[in-house]
Order: sequence, then structure tokens, then C-alpha cells
Amino acid sequence: MKDIFTIALSKGRIFKETMPLLAHAGIEPVDDPETSRKLILDTNQEDVKLVIIRATDVPTYVQYGAAEVGVAGKDVLMEHGGEGLYEPLDLEIARCKLMVAGPEGVPSGHGRLRIATKFVNCTKRYYAEQGKQVEMIKLYGSMELAPLVGLADRIVDVVDTGNTLKANGLMPLEHIADISSRLVVNKAAMKMKHERIRRFIDLMQEAVVKNRPAG
Amino acid sequence: MAAEEQSKMTRWMLPEGIEETLPEQANVLEQLRRHLLDYFSSCGYELVQTPFIEYLDALLAGAGKELGAQTFRITDTLSGQQLGIRADMTLQAARIDAHQIKQDGPVRLCYIGTVLHTVNDGFAGSRAPLQVGAELYGHAGIDSDFEILELMLNMLGLAGIQDVHIDLGHVGIFRALAAQAGLDKQDEQLLFEALQRKAIPEISDILDRLALDSHVSQCLSALADLNGGVEVLARAEKIFQGADASVMAALDEIKQISALLQQRLPNLPVHYDLAELRGYAYKTGMVFAAFMPGYGQEIARGGRYDEIGSIFGRARPATGFSADLKTLMTLSAQLPAAKTGGIFAPANDDPTMREAINALRQQGERVIVELPGQQGGAVDMACDRSLSLVKGKWQVVPV
Repeated sequence: MKDIFTIALSKGRIFKETMPLLAHAGIEPVDDPETSRKLILDTNQEDVKLVIIRATDVPTYVQYGAAEVGVAGKDVLMEHGGEGLYEPLDLEIARCKLMVAGPEGVPSGHGRLRIATKFVNCTKRYYAEQGKQVEMIKLYGSMELAPLVGLADRIVDVVDTGNTLKANGLMPLEHIADISSRLVVNKAAMKMKHERIRRFIDLMQEAVVKNRPAG
Repeated sequence: MAAEEQSKMTRWMLPEGIEETLPEQANVLEQLRRHLLDYFSSCGYELVQTPFIEYLDALLAGAGKELGAQTFRITDTLSGQQLGIRADMTLQAARIDAHQIKQDGPVRLCYIGTVLHTVNDGFAGSRAPLQVGAELYGHAGIDSDFEILELMLNMLGLAGIQDVHIDLGHVGIFRALAAQAGLDKQDEQLLFEALQRKAIPEISDILDRLALDSHVSQCLSALADLNGGVEVLARAEKIFQGADASVMAALDEIKQISALLQQRLPNLPVHYDLAELRGYAYKTGMVFAAFMPGYGQEIARGGRYDEIGSIFGRARPATGFSADLKTLMTLSAQLPAAKTGGIFAPANDDPTMREAINALRQQGERVIVELPGQQGGAVDMACDRSLSLVKGKWQVVPV
């Protein structure tokens, strides 16, 4: 039996922007994750499968070897801690920024800030480095709502165009980190299937360079 | 539901990561334990038993710092001191060598026992691994490293682990490069963390910011890519050419080990990774780990740590390995068969039956005596034979 090579991906933007890179490596999915209900997608290569999972689950799948490689946003990796994984390549896709945002024209005020976020670890680290203690409110989505209903003073979230912030009367205040997606690799796979992984990384690297806007 | 009823329903629950071992598994585990210890003994490794609990200061001294977050602590009501429960037996064994045995020549020790971790460090892992390991003190050089590596491989073989892959690195290379570059502790730590993740974009950022001498910067930036088959060593030699003597000495050591491996264990799959820095805080030389196909994490690990005994008054060269025997058992393809069957003896006062039973037990048979009025017979007691009075003599007959 041939060894199966499993690639972990999340739906949506990461999936869309990873496809051209995978195509350069000769891998194309047979099913479309947006219409298919399958969680394991076949590809044109018999021994390559794609697993479609939540973005935050990608590091876990790869760390424990349920997938050999995966694509995860730097935001997710920073929150996960990145331990037990290799992240050798910046795929330069799904770019955005991790930012602090808040209502326009409201001063930071006195006392502890209440921060709504799903990036609890990143936020804690960011404020700790500034010597500030904050109260954290863990939310799973629609962060922008929290300051509007008085649940929090600020939010920490990934910002792409900033349109959602603007539509809700919020503005970006502080820049925490530039985010893009990384290729992550299981440590054991890197050691036991080295040639195959190396070849895959090299092809993805080529694709990244090819993918860069001219100039 | 009344609180009392509720607590009855949950009283069987165990803390996360803590488990019971039922008879069949316990039987296999015990046989495995005996096989391994017998094998270690046949190689001259003497068993030591380290304390399950001791002063926290002693447990966390020197290289033990790393274990701080993993160590359970309790207060000793006798002395008022903080005690810790062992999270790793390597340091305890090193102390026994440095402080109790005090020989100048080589000392070989092995150990097996449960250690406790506050956080499980593996995949849905146990917080109470059964740590088994062996250490060789008093010899600096690749021959003792090779002996330990081979001992680990043979242990894995005995435990029924097949198709083992070895990952080999040397912490001395990064350490010497960091020293040559004159990195301060903080930058060294940053670079170390990025190297552990082979986060090449971050490594480039850090090196750009540090603006080091260009050759040493090239060497450091090449590290994350220096992994693969044995050709990595030749590639490294080219890149490192002209670096400090200590860098080349470390590389030379790993080349020598590699030559030994190719000569003595030509079929062993070896992967070289010069950025692998497992246990960087206290390791000083070669580091290695074992992997097996189908399992995404390492199954055993080890390496050289020459300075560890210094906190106990005697720095001794040391090299060793350890693994979790429970993990090995779950991954094993070939476990020792659990002892099965037995002889069922009836409830009977006859003294000659007692004699017959004792004789059988001395021969290694399992004999179970019926209790008066008990439920179930020989088959229910997992016995395949019984003891019967045949022609005035107690004899073993099939059930």
C-alpha cells in the first residue's frame, strides 16, 4: 500500500488561495469543499488527500500526525503556540493584520481595559509586553459587536479590509502582527518521509515565488 | 438527584490523564518490564530506584529548572518544606552517580517507574507515564553515545516496535555558532525557539535585525534547512567551513557517529537534523529520538549531557535515553503473551491435595482453589484444567 499524504486545510479564503499553489505541485482536488459534504477530499493523485477542518484545528491535526502537512494562518499558530510543529514556509496568502480595534474617538480611560477576542493567548502576551493588565472576554465570533453593546472596551481580531470595523463604528487602533498563512509540517513526517516532504516544500516555495505580483 | 446519589455516580472517575491498568494489560506490562530490565542487566546496566517524592529544590536544581511547570508540589507537614513529585528520573539517576556511587570509571544505571506530569505532553497523553531509561556516566566520546543508542534500539525491538527511524542531531553546533556570533541570552532564546519550529521566515527576520558577521549569519540561517539524509553532513561542512573550531568539532562528532551507524547498523533509517535542539537547556552533545511510521510523535529520546552532575559536586560525562513504557506497549506489534489458563482445585480438606497444589505452584503453574459455596467453576475462573482425585491420587485433568 502506498503511503497516504494528507494535507489539512480550512474552508474559505485559505482553501481558495492555497489551490493555485497546490496545482503547481500537481495536486488538484476532485471535489469542491463548498458543495461537497465530504470531510476528506480525493485529489487527482491517488495517494494525496485533503482534509477540510476548522482553521484553529489545523495545528492540532498536524502536530499529532493526523495530517502530514497543513496550511494555517500565523494568527492561529501564534495562538496555538506553534510547539511540536515545523512552519518552514510563508505562503504569502490570506494576508491580514492582527489588530486592536475600538470605538472611534473614545479615549482608553482609566482602569483595566476589557478586551473581547478569540485570540486570548496573543492578546495576553501583547498587553503583558506593554506592562498592562487587561480583562479578557473570550468570544468565538462577531467580535465587533462586543464594544457596541458594552461587553468590552476594545477587541483584538484579524483585520483585512477594515470594512466590517467601519460598518460598526470601530477603527483599528494598534497593530499587533502581520498575518499570512504558513505551511506547517508534522515533525515525525519530516523525519520519516523526508524526501517527499522536502520535494513538496520546494514545489510550494516555487509556487509562492511565481504567485508574487510582478515588480 | 440528591447530592449523595450524584457523588456515587461520579466517584469512579479518575483525574484527567490518570488511568488504571487492568489485569490483562498489567500482566503484559509486567512481562515487558522484566524483559527490558533483564536485557539492561545483561548489558551491565544496574537498576536504581529513585525517590517518588523529594525536596522541590533538589528536583529543580540545575537542569531540573525546565521541569518546574511539570512538577506536582505539596507541602511537607513535618518540615514545612515544599516537596515535589518526580517528573523525570534522569536527574535523580545522575545524582546517584555523582553523589552516591562516586566512581571514576564508567557507571551504567537503568531505572523504571511512574513519573507524574502536571500537564500531559503528548496526544491525549497520560500524566503518569511509566518512564524507563538507561544512563552511562564517566565516558566522553562517541563510543558511549553509540552504546546508548544501540541499547535504546534493542529495547524498542524487545518491546515489539518495528521499523524504527532515528533522528540525529548535535546541540553543540548551534551552541558554538551562537557563541561565535556573540548572541546574548535573549537573542539566543529567540533564535532557538524559531529553530525548534523551523520557522524560516522568522529566523531570517531575527538574523536581519541582529546584523551579524556575514559568515556566521549564513551558518545560522542554513541550520533550519540542514536536515535530511547523510548528505546533510557534507553540505554542513561546506557551509560551516571557516567557522570556529568548536563548531567543526561538533560536526566532526556527528560525522563519526554517522560512520559508526553506517558500518554497524547499515539498515537503520537515520535522519539528520542539525537544528534539532531537544533538551537544549542541559544537553551538550549528540541528541537523538526514535520515531515509527504511523505515529506522529517521538517514542523515545536521549542524548549527551555532560555538565549535569556539577550541581551535585561532580561534573561527569553522561549519555542516556528514556521512553514511556505504556506508550511503547500501545504501539507494539508483538507483545509478550499474557499468561493464561490454570488449574482449578476443589474445596477439600485433604492434606495430600495441599501437597499436590504446592508442588504444582513450585513448577510455575497457576492453581486456584475453590472457595466453599462460590459461584462459577473452573471455566469461570479461567482455568483450563482441574485437580481431581483419580485412583486415590490427585491428578491434573483437562476441564
